[in-house]
Amino acid sequence: MDLPMTTHTPSHGPVAGFGAAPGAAGNAGQFITCTLDDAEFGIDIMAVREIKGWTDTTAIPHAPPWMRGVINLRGVIVPILDLRARFGMAQTQATRMHVVVIIQAGTRLAGLLVDAVSDIIAVAPEEVRPVPEIGAAAPERLLCGLVPRERGMVALVSLDHLLSFPDAALPQTADAVLALHS
Amino acid sequence: MSFDHLRATYFEESAELLDSAYAALAELAEGRADAETVHALFRAIHSIKGGGGAFGFERLVRLAHAMETLLDLLRDGALAMDAGRHALLLRGADALADLLAAEKAGTGAPPGGEDALMQALHAAAETAATAPPAAAAGWRLRFTPRPALFRNANEPLLLVRALRRLGPVQVTADLSRLPPLERLEPEDAHLGWVFELQADVPRAQVEEVFEFVADDCMLAIEPLAGETPGAPAAEPVLGSEAASATIAPPAIADAAGPTTGAPQSVRVDVAKIDRLVNLVGELVINQAMLLQLGGTLPPALCPGLIAGLETLSQHLRELQEGVMAIRTQPVKSVFARMPRLVRDLSAQLGKEVRLVVTGEATEIDKTVVEQLADPLTHLLRNALDHGIEAPEQRVAAGKPRQGTVHLSAEQRGGRILIELTDDGRGIDRARVLARARERGLVAAEAELTDSEVDELIFQPGFSTAAAISDISGRGVGMDVVRRSIQALGGRITVDSRLGSGSRFVLSLPLTLAVLDGLVVAVGREAYIVPIAAIAESLRPRREDIHAVVGRGEVLAIRGAYVPLLPLHRHFAVPDAQPDPARGIVVIVETDHAGRMGLLVDDLVGQQQVVVKSLEANYGPIDGIGGATILGDGRVALILDIAGLGPAATTRPMPTAPHRAAPLQPALQ
Repeated sequence: MDLPMTTHTPSHGPVAGFGAAPGAAGNAGQFITCTLDDAEFGIDIMAVREIKGWTDTTAIPHAPPWMRGVINLRGVIVPILDLRARFGMAQTQATRMHVVVIIQAGTRLAGLLVDAVSDIIAVAPEEVRPVPEIGAAAPERLLCGLVPRERGMVALVSLDHLLSFPDAALPQTADAVLALHS
Repeated sequence: MSFDHLRATYFEESAELLDSAYAALAELAEGRADAETVHALFRAIHSIKGGGGAFGFERLVRLAHAMETLLDLLRDGALAMDAGRHALLLRGADALADLLAAEKAGTGAPPGGEDALMQALHAAAETAATAPPAAAAGWRLRFTPRPALFRNANEPLLLVRALRRLGPVQVTADLSRLPPLERLEPEDAHLGWVFELQADVPRAQVEEVFEFVADDCMLAIEPLAGETPGAPAAEPVLGSEAASATIAPPAIADAAGPTTGAPQSVRVDVAKIDRLVNLVGELVINQAMLLQLGGTLPPALCPGLIAGLETLSQHLRELQEGVMAIRTQPVKSVFARMPRLVRDLSAQLGKEVRLVVTGEATEIDKTVVEQLADPLTHLLRNALDHGIEAPEQRVAAGKPRQGTVHLSAEQRGGRILIELTDDGRGIDRARVLARARERGLVAAEAELTDSEVDELIFQPGFSTAAAISDISGRGVGMDVVRRSIQALGGRITVDSRLGSGSRFVLSLPLTLAVLDGLVVAVGREAYIVPIAAIAESLRPRREDIHAVVGRGEVLAIRGAYVPLLPLHRHFAVPDAQPDPARGIVVIVETDHAGRMGLLVDDLVGQQQVVVKSLEANYGPIDGIGGATILGDGRVALILDIAGLGPAATTRPMPTAPHRAAPLQPALQ
C-alpha cells in the first residue's frame, strides 16, 4: 500500500558516540516517526519489521482498551497495540487508512496502530533530552527521550516498556505527555 | 560444529544406543535372542565407549570397557549367557546411564559408585580366563582395507608393527583383487592381508590394534585352531563380511545397516520439521480460503475449479499427515525407561514385579512422547507402591508371588491408547470414599457409583499430604497426572477390581499441532471448542433455564442442573445474542467442576485447526489455550475448558482451582 512516508535521511550509518552518552541519550540512532493527531513519535528503526495497513483484529478477552487484539501475520499470531489508547487517550477509530508498524523487541513481535508514518530521522545522542517527570502519571516510562525538531518535537518510544504486557499496571492517563506538544 | 554441539549429539546418540542395549538385553532375557543380539549389544556399548573417550569421560570408558570384555567372551562362546551375567550386564547398562546422565548434567557421578560392579564384571570375565580357553594358540586376522583407510592417512604397516608387538605374526598378502596393470586405479585399495598371530592374547587386545581403522576396513578375526581351515585367501573377501567376528563400524547403531537390515534414517533438527509443519498449516489455511472463495463463484464461470480445489485439499491432507508423521516417534523411547524403574523400585520396596511391555513401536508426536515420561513414571510407581502387594500377601491371597504390570500402547483411530494394568490389590473404594468424605470432597450423604468413586482419586486435594497410603511421600497425586495428560489433550480413566488389580487407560491425540475443534460464533468473534471436551450441544428450551439467585443461570437437562456460562458475558463480547433460549448451549466436561454449559450464538462448523501460540507474542490468557487461523485468515481463539471453569462455576470449589497448562503450539 501507499504510505504517507517521505524519506530524506540526512546521515546514514551509526551516529558518532552512539551509546556512550548517559541516560536517554543511549537511544540515539535512526527512528521512524509516526503521527497520532499532531503529536510525533519516534520508533527505533532497528526494531521495525514491517509497516502494513490496518486489518480487523480478533479481540482478546479482558484486555485493556489499548490492546486491540491479535492478527494473523503470515501464520504468526501478533498482538496489536493502539498507541493512542496506550498513551491514555481514546481508542483510535481505525480505518483502512490507518497504519500498523510491526516491531520486534527481544523475541516478541507486536504491531503498533498509529495514524500515519511520516519520516525517518537520524538523531544524534546529544539531541535527545530526558523525559521530565510529569506529575503522578507514569507513562513517561513508555517514552525514553524527547527530540526537538524544527517543527515541534518527537517523543521516542521505549519499546521494551511498551511490550511488557499484559502488564496492565501502568496507569492509562498520559494527557500530560501530549500536552507537552502544545 | 562446536564442541557443545558435538557433546549434545554424543549424549543424544548414547541415549539411543543405551535404548538399543536395553532392547538387546530384554531379548536375551526373554530368549528371543539370536547371534546378532550379543553383537548389537557389544556395538552399542563399544560406541558409547568410543564417544566417551573422545570427551574424556574416563569412568564411563573404564566401565564400558569392562562390559565389553565380558561381552566379548560371551559372543565368542567362551562364556555362556546366564542369569547372573545377564543381571551384571543390566546393572552395567544402568550404571552407564547414570554416568551419562551425570556427565550430561555436568555434576559428575558420586565417586566409586560403580566400583563393586567393575569388580564383579572383571571377576566374571576372569572365570573365562581360567576356564579352558576356547582359542588355542592365537588369532587369524583377515584384513582388507577400504580406499577410505588410505584417504584418512592410515598406514597398514603400522598396524602390522602393532600386531608384531603382541607376538610373532605371519603375513600373507591377498592379491586376489589386484586388477591387471592397465585397469589399476591407483587411488583404490586392492590388497588384503591375512595375519596369523601366534600369541595367546585376549581378542580385545587384537581388536584394539584396529580400533581406529575399523570403519575403513573389513576385518575378520577368528581363533587359530589346531588344524587349518581352507586357504582363506581364496575366499571372496566380501563373503567374510558376514562372518560372525566382523567388527562393525563403531559409529552409530544404524551404521550396521547391511548386516542387521536396520531401517535407514536421517537425523533432522526438530526446528526444521516444525517449520515444515507450520508451512503445511499455512497451506491448509490458504486452501480453506481458496475453497471458500471458489464457492462464491458461479460454477459456470470456471468449470473444474471446484474439482481442482477438492483434489488440492485431498493432497494437502496427505501432505499434512506425512509431515506430521515425521514428528512422530515410537513410544519405545519412553517405555524403555520403565524396566529400570521397575527393577529399582521393586528392589527398594521388596516386591517381586515383572513388567511386560507391548506395542512399543506405536508412534506418537515427539512432544507427547517427551511429556509422557513423568505421568507414566508416576502411574508405574503408583502401581508398584500401592497396587502390587508384598510377595507374602500375594501368596496368601492365592496369587503368584511375582506381580505383573503390563504396559501397552496401541493406535485406535486418531488416538493412541496407553494402558497400564497391574494384578495387584485394586482400589479399595470404601477407603477412598471415606477419605474423600473426610476431606470434604464428597457430601456425607451422597451415593456414588463405583466409577464415580474411582474418579475421586484424580481429585486435587485427594492424595496430598497423608493420603490413604502415602504416595511415597512425594506430594504429587493423581490429579497432577491427570492434569499433565489433559495438557496433552488426552484423557485418563481408571477401571479397578478390588483384589484383582487396576487398569489405567490414557487416551492421547496423535499430535498436538492439530486439534479437532468446533467453531462457535459469539457476537462477531469465533471461538474454537476442543471436540474432546464436548459432551453434546443443544438449543435450550426457555422453560429449562433457571436463574439461581446470585449464581447466574443453570440449565435443566435430563433431571440434572448444569451451570450455564454465557461466553459473551465471560469474554465481554459485544453484539452477542443475550437470550439463552435463542442461542446454543455446548455442554463440556471439566475435570474439577463437572459439566458446564457454554452459551454461544451459533455453531459454525467442525474442523481441524492448527494450534498457534499466543504466549510467544502476547502471554497467557485465562480460559484461552491458544489461537488458530480460520479459513478466511482471521484469528480465532481456542478455549481452554479447564481454565474456563473456576470463574464460571456456580459451585464452591473444594480446593484452589487449577488451570491446565496451555496447549502446545506446533510452533511459535
